[in-house]
Amino acid sequence: MINKVVHSTADAVADIFDGATIMISGFGEAGSPIELIHALIDQGAKNLTVVSNNTGSGHVGLAALIENRQVKKMICSFPRTANSTVFPDLYRKGEIELELVPQGTLAERIRAGGAGIPAFFTPASVNTPLAEGKESRVINGQTYVLEYGIRADFALVKCKVGDRYGNLIYNKTARNFGPIMCTAAKTTIVQTKTILEPGEIDPECVVTPGIFVKKLVEVSNPEEESKLIADNRRYPW
Amino acid sequence: MVTETNIGGWSISQMAQKVAMDIQDGAYVNLGIGIPEMVAGFIPEGREVIYHTENGLLGMGKVPEAGFEDPELINAGKKCVTAIPGACYFHHADSFTMIRGGHIDVCVLGALQVSEEGDLANWSTGEPGAIPAVGGAMDLVAGVKTIYVIMQHNTKTGESKIVRQCTYPLTGKGVVNRIYTNLAILDVVGKKLFVRELAPEVTFEYLQKLTEAKLERYSDDTN
Repeated sequence: MINKVVHSTADAVADIFDGATIMISGFGEAGSPIELIHALIDQGAKNLTVVSNNTGSGHVGLAALIENRQVKKMICSFPRTANSTVFPDLYRKGEIELELVPQGTLAERIRAGGAGIPAFFTPASVNTPLAEGKESRVINGQTYVLEYGIRADFALVKCKVGDRYGNLIYNKTARNFGPIMCTAAKTTIVQTKTILEPGEIDPECVVTPGIFVKKLVEVSNPEEESKLIADNRRYPW
Repeated sequence: MVTETNIGGWSISQMAQKVAMDIQDGAYVNLGIGIPEMVAGFIPEGREVIYHTENGLLGMGKVPEAGFEDPELINAGKKCVTAIPGACYFHHADSFTMIRGGHIDVCVLGALQVSEEGDLANWSTGEPGAIPAVGGAMDLVAGVKTIYVIMQHNTKTGESKIVRQCTYPLTGKGVVNRIYTNLAILDVVGKKLFVRELAPEVTFEYLQKLTEAKLERYSDDTN
C-alpha cells in the first residue's frame, strides 16, 4: 500500500542532512511552508543551500532558519522585502552567500531540473551584470545566455489539499513555485491543510501528480507569517 | 545641465492616463510595482484589459475591501489583490512562459535610467552595501512585446534620467519602446529618441535642455 502521509512535521523533515540543497516554496508569505521550516529549525541541519524566491521576513519562517545560521547560501531572485533584515544584515557582513537569479530564470532552472533538462538558453539578463561570465550563443540573430537546471535534495512545499498518493491542489497565488519544486527534488515534503481519501480529488483538478511527492503532513491551521510579524513573534518561540 | 524648472508638466495621474490611452482593447498587460499600477484606473470605458501578475494570476482585479484581504491572493508587489470572474492561477514556470514566450502584450515599468537607444536600468544603483534584488524585471523586458516606461523626467536633484548611456547596471539592452514622463512622451525608434507629445507649456528646446540624451523631432512635428 502506498501511504505518503507522515504524522508530524518533525517526522517529515527528519532525514534532512547537513549540506543539503533545499527548495522552499513561496512568494513572500504566500505558499511558504512555515511549519516545515520551523521543524527544520528544531531538527538543526546546517550548511544548507536554500533555493527560494525571497529570504523571509521578520524572525519567523525562512528568516528564522537563516537567523539560526543553518543556511550558507541562498539562490533567489529578490532577497530583500519589507520587514526583511536577517538576510541583508548577514549578507553585508559577508556571512551568507547569494546567487541572484532573474525570477523567470529561477523558475525555468527549477522546471528544467525537474524535467531532466540540464541546461537551456534564455534571453533574460543578456547584456546585464547577471550574465557576466556565462556562456552565450546567438540563435536566429538574437543573443541568449546559458543557464543550468537546478535539482535539490529536498523540497519543502505548502499546499491546500492532498491525498495519500501525494496528489496536490494549491490555494490561489500560494501555488507559485510549489508545483515545479515538487518535480525538482529527490525528496519532496509537503504540508497540506487537508488530507482527502484517494478519489475525492477530481483527477482533472490535480495540480501536482502524486509521483512527485514523497511525504505529506497535515497542518490544518498554518500560521500566517504577516500576523506573526505584526505580533513581533520570533522562532523558536 | 539645467536643474531649475518651473514647469511641472503632467501629474502622475495624467501620466498614468496617457499610458492607459495607449493600451488596446483585449490586451494582456503586466503592470510593475508602484506608479505603473495606477494605469489600471484609467483604462477607457469599453476596453477590456486582462492583468497578469507574475507570481501566478491572470485576471487580477481591484484592491480588496478592508476585511476581505487574503494573504494567499497577492500581486508581484506582495500586496493583497482580488481575482476577476474568469481569472486563473498557475505556477511560476507557466507564468514566465507567458512572459518570455511573448504572450503578454504590454508591460509598464518604472525606471532609474533609460538610454537614447532604449536601454533600461531599473533594478540596482550598484551602490556598495546595497542588497541586489532583480525579481522578474529582466525576464519581462526580454519577453514582453511592448515595454512602456513611466517615470519622472529628471531625478529629485534635477539629474537627467534619460541619458546617452545608462550608468546604472542594465536590466535589458534596447528594450524600451516608449517613455512617459511628466514633461513628454518619447518613442524609441531605430536607436533614437523621438518626441511624440509634449506636456502643456513644454517646448522641444526646453525639453532638450533638461535631457542628457539627444532628442529627435518627427518630421511632421509642428511643435
